[in-house]
Amino acid sequence: MGKRVLLIEDEPNIIEAIRFILSRDGWSVEIQSDGARAIDAVRTKHPDIVILDVMLPGMSGFEILRLLRQDPAHADLPILMLTARGQKKDRDLAQSYGVSAFMTKPFSNADMLETVRSLVAQAHQTSKDVTPDEAAAESIENG
Amino acid sequence: MSRSTLTGSRIRERRTLAGLKQADLARLVGISAAYLNLIEHNKRKIGGKLLVDLARILQVEVGSLTQGVQSTLVEGLQNAGAENGLTDVFVETDRIEDFANRFPGWAALASRQHEHIKALERRIEALNDRLAHDPFLSEALHEVLSTVTAIRSTAGILNADDDIDAEWQARFHRNMYEDSQRLATGTQDLVRYLDTIGKENETPDTPQTAFEAWLQQQDYAPALQSDPNDAAINEAQQNERAQSGQPVLALSSPAARSLADGWMTRAKQDADQMPLSTVLDVLEQFGPDPAALAKRTGADIAAAMRRLATLPPTQSGADCGMVICDGAGVITFRKPLEGFTPPRFGGGCPLWPLYQALVRPMTPVRRVVELTGQPARKYLAYAICQPKAHLGFDAPEVLEATMLFVALDRATGPMLQDLPQDVEAVKVGTNCRVCTRAACPARREPSLMGTENRA
Repeated sequence: MGKRVLLIEDEPNIIEAIRFILSRDGWSVEIQSDGARAIDAVRTKHPDIVILDVMLPGMSGFEILRLLRQDPAHADLPILMLTARGQKKDRDLAQSYGVSAFMTKPFSNADMLETVRSLVAQAHQTSKDVTPDEAAAESIENG
Repeated sequence: MSRSTLTGSRIRERRTLAGLKQADLARLVGISAAYLNLIEHNKRKIGGKLLVDLARILQVEVGSLTQGVQSTLVEGLQNAGAENGLTDVFVETDRIEDFANRFPGWAALASRQHEHIKALERRIEALNDRLAHDPFLSEALHEVLSTVTAIRSTAGILNADDDIDAEWQARFHRNMYEDSQRLATGTQDLVRYLDTIGKENETPDTPQTAFEAWLQQQDYAPALQSDPNDAAINEAQQNERAQSGQPVLALSSPAARSLADGWMTRAKQDADQMPLSTVLDVLEQFGPDPAALAKRTGADIAAAMRRLATLPPTQSGADCGMVICDGAGVITFRKPLEGFTPPRFGGGCPLWPLYQALVRPMTPVRRVVELTGQPARKYLAYAICQPKAHLGFDAPEVLEATMLFVALDRATGPMLQDLPQDVEAVKVGTNCRVCTRAACPARREPSLMGTENRA
């Protein structure tokens, strides 16, 4: 079964590009454009990784991040944050809320893909139910 | 040292600067060299015609011999010295008056430049705030960055060597075209916006300083149309200004204009309630006593203070200074008096009656205050704190404190009624950094001036 990405973003053309890149790499991509419904989407869709924009209608990405991390079920969920503002205070805030990785827009497709792959691989390596075969496959992917 | 003793020293100093011998100067004014010697050593009082003659020959103003340097200039230099950020420069703050006397031009320049630097610093602060918090700017930048992100990502896909389905290719091309147009519009908007904000704020002033300069230029008495008497007086003033080639400067920034509009609206209300003829009558009977004016007209005390402080200068029975602060203690209006200049930036002296009134709303406070300085000057200060507007029940409480002050020697008889002859003056300052009262219990930060040890 392919890995699942939940993309929380409201710019249609950015959604289209990210969806294309990840789909071609074998990921199944789900979209949520409304910040207020992002938490529900994470709970119902059980993604392997969340890509989270900061400026969203309904609820800010920082607030979504904070609320997700409060729930023990999502304590280890990889969350990659995308933002047009790369200021240190924004990074620090995201860090303090427990973000897994932080990328500033505009990003390069290769960097984004690489980060998504490695975050999911790390999460699987640290979780206990990883089979040796899967771990090996992922380390090859990372290399 | 009394004032008259200093006059002799100044004459001596001026004579030396002019390169005149004692005997020569004495002969020119028709006195003996021995007598001039006594004067110069402050052993004889001097005044009248002799002083005028000496000033004429020494080519100085009489005032500069008797009063020394203008106290506002000294204050300006004190501020410049106190706020000198250079740790490796030692400023001779104990010799400010000496410096200002010898080099009045340079001294004025240093003082003005200091003010200018402070204004520029504030402007930079305001621009920083604006960059960080301007909603239009942050939205416009976000729009540009979002479009650039979409374009970069889409172009990256199209540029990769992999085979892309023709339908997808067409779609990405279309997306990129759309985004490039959005980007073009977005950047144009941004540029246009940046152009306009540059023009709206050509002066390096904050709205508050621009508003104050505007008031000051009109002697704190902007033309009011409502009172025919006032209008006539103000018209005369305007004409005078027009003839002297100094029209009232226009307020260029909308923020400063809105401060001025608010001020004018209230000034007109005050003038309606307290017509000039009534005010002049009260002034003649009681002097600039806000309680007397309030009692006569039914206006509230703060309004009476504002009216007294902003009368046309030709009409005022006494010079009144005024400070207004909001509930946070931030000064929102200042009209200085010679010897009592409220600080331009930051809070005033915590011992001012203004702040005592602030913590006791609706209770009038009257105090004699003594300012530091050479010589120390006394003022009669009235203060009251009132709600700023009638906001209705359950509305936030918005308070405003107002303080009116007059030089004590200008205060007239009725104002001093019930005031004990030997009433002790509250020893205040203007701003801790330039205040010399070292042991003051209200001190907020150490003084940067040479301090006197008695508080």
